[in-house]
Amino acid sequence: MSIKKIHKEQPETFKFNNKSMEAANKIVSNYPDGKQQSAVMALLYIAQRQNDNWIPLQAMKYIAKFLDMPYIKVYEVATFYSMYNLSPVGKYFFQVCTTTPCMLRGAYDLVKVCKNKISEKENVLSSDGKISWMEVECLGACVNAPMMQVNEDYYEDLNDKKLEEIIETIYKNKIPKPGSYSGRINAEPVNNRKTLLGNKNA
Amino acid sequence: MLKDEDRIFQNLYNDSGGAGFPTGLKWSFAPKEVGSRPHYLVINADESEPGTCKDRDILRFEPHKLIEGCLIASYAVNAHKCYIYIRGEYFNEGQKLQTAIDEAYKNNLIGKNALNSGWDLDIYIHYGAGAYICGEETALLESLEGKKGQPRLKPPFPALIGLYGCPTIINNVETVAAVPTILRRGAKWFSSLGRPKNTGTKIYCISGNVNNPCNVEEEMGVPLKELIENHAGGVVGGWNNLKAVIPGGSSMPMLPKEICDNMKMDFDACVENKTGLGTAGIVVINNDQDIIKCMARIARFYKHESCGQCTPCREGSGWMWRMLERMAAGEATPDEVDMLFDVTKQIEGHTICAFGEGSSWPVQGLIRHFKDEILERNKFDPVVKKQKNIPYLVDQHLLAKENA
Repeated sequence: MSIKKIHKEQPETFKFNNKSMEAANKIVSNYPDGKQQSAVMALLYIAQRQNDNWIPLQAMKYIAKFLDMPYIKVYEVATFYSMYNLSPVGKYFFQVCTTTPCMLRGAYDLVKVCKNKISEKENVLSSDGKISWMEVECLGACVNAPMMQVNEDYYEDLNDKKLEEIIETIYKNKIPKPGSYSGRINAEPVNNRKTLLGNKNA
Repeated sequence: MLKDEDRIFQNLYNDSGGAGFPTGLKWSFAPKEVGSRPHYLVINADESEPGTCKDRDILRFEPHKLIEGCLIASYAVNAHKCYIYIRGEYFNEGQKLQTAIDEAYKNNLIGKNALNSGWDLDIYIHYGAGAYICGEETALLESLEGKKGQPRLKPPFPALIGLYGCPTIINNVETVAAVPTILRRGAKWFSSLGRPKNTGTKIYCISGNVNNPCNVEEEMGVPLKELIENHAGGVVGGWNNLKAVIPGGSSMPMLPKEICDNMKMDFDACVENKTGLGTAGIVVINNDQDIIKCMARIARFYKHESCGQCTPCREGSGWMWRMLERMAAGEATPDEVDMLFDVTKQIEGHTICAFGEGSSWPVQGLIRHFKDEILERNKFDPVVKKQKNIPYLVDQHLLAKENA
């Protein structure tokens, strides 16, 4: 489940850096005048990316001021949605989908590998502090089950051996290639498609 | 262009987001004249239904179709602003769509005076942050307004009072992406596919225990067996190893093999069999799986995703999950099966949005078709019953069910 526990050690201040500020201003301009509150979700996400993948309370206060809305409303949003981490996570944040379509194809084997190779418990950093993992609900790639998300990228059609390789690669400071691991193209059938055969670019 | 709207109306093309509401009818709900409030078009790309991943492929590989559809739809409903709500996990898919939008702006296909037609349209992407409930249209609007995604009471319907209190039309990605093709090839062509009242095509996502899971666009009303055997390479262990199929994403009741043998995949055929086409996310479960465990996992999904606004859903979804976990482990008493069914009936229809139905229907489907299997596993007899005739137990009368 999601990390909704507020971290004990909070930074004293938080401020958008130039890059974040630019992105934030651009997003606020997407919404009509006076409706800048709509940007709160995107701004929280920007804050999370800036602050090593988690959101401190100071960031929420900062965003509340930025958008001229009550702090509690920002807090409400940050605690409601599951993608906001309110405690630190690993630099590589593994989210293994275990909902039924993935479970049918062996998602719990992946969980077992995570327990062996990363940490016994969810949301605990690996011994070198790089990776943490957790079980999540459906990530919307059921045809490519079992799958997981590492930060923004999807790793699909996995099994325990392939996941072990991915973890080893990350421990060696390399970033593994995202996408399907069964050699197929995206969501097409493994042994070539059955429709629109005359159409090359279909 | 107005004629086009009529043509789509004629078509009564069913929305692909799961509820199956005719799109032409939906568009006709928007006020004909723009009053003091602007109109909005919102595209629902918050695809989170377990078993469904069709919109993801459209966002990744055919974003131009979606943008063209947005342009046509915005004209039909008098909207100059369009928001595409993408689930937060689809970050890369969103980037691809953004590239396509930027390209469209560059070539003046959208933006001010799009294609010199005198029509202005701006398209913006809004990312969600991992809440299943935001796929419900009013929860999506709340989320777009920067609040937590809890559904609103209907009426008023979004077509009159939606985003920022303005008239808003909300459509699914698949629906809008199909509009350009329908207009290009004509309503007649589109309605010649499928069977009466269930016309057109649908993207089926076949996952679970099949040899080659895949997404495939097929005619409405295609036999389920054909879909699984032809496109997905058959059930693992052969057709006879099939146990059950969830035909329309996890919210729809499952069907046992006997029904799947001759099942057609369209809205009416699904309703006849007491289920629904939903999002056409087909999850195949074979005999190697523990069906009660599968359903317990779906119940856990709903427990996690309940927004917590209505008590029957918030409490009931957890209740169903805990009971199913016990039933999977064989620790329940036989009468608890009926109690579970009763709980589902208490949730269904007693909530603001359709999440209540979505969470209770799959459990009802399990009990409807696999009650014998649950009963066979759960013969647990509590000690308190065995001690019924112990003289020093004062509250004897409480043990008799009629008095309890």
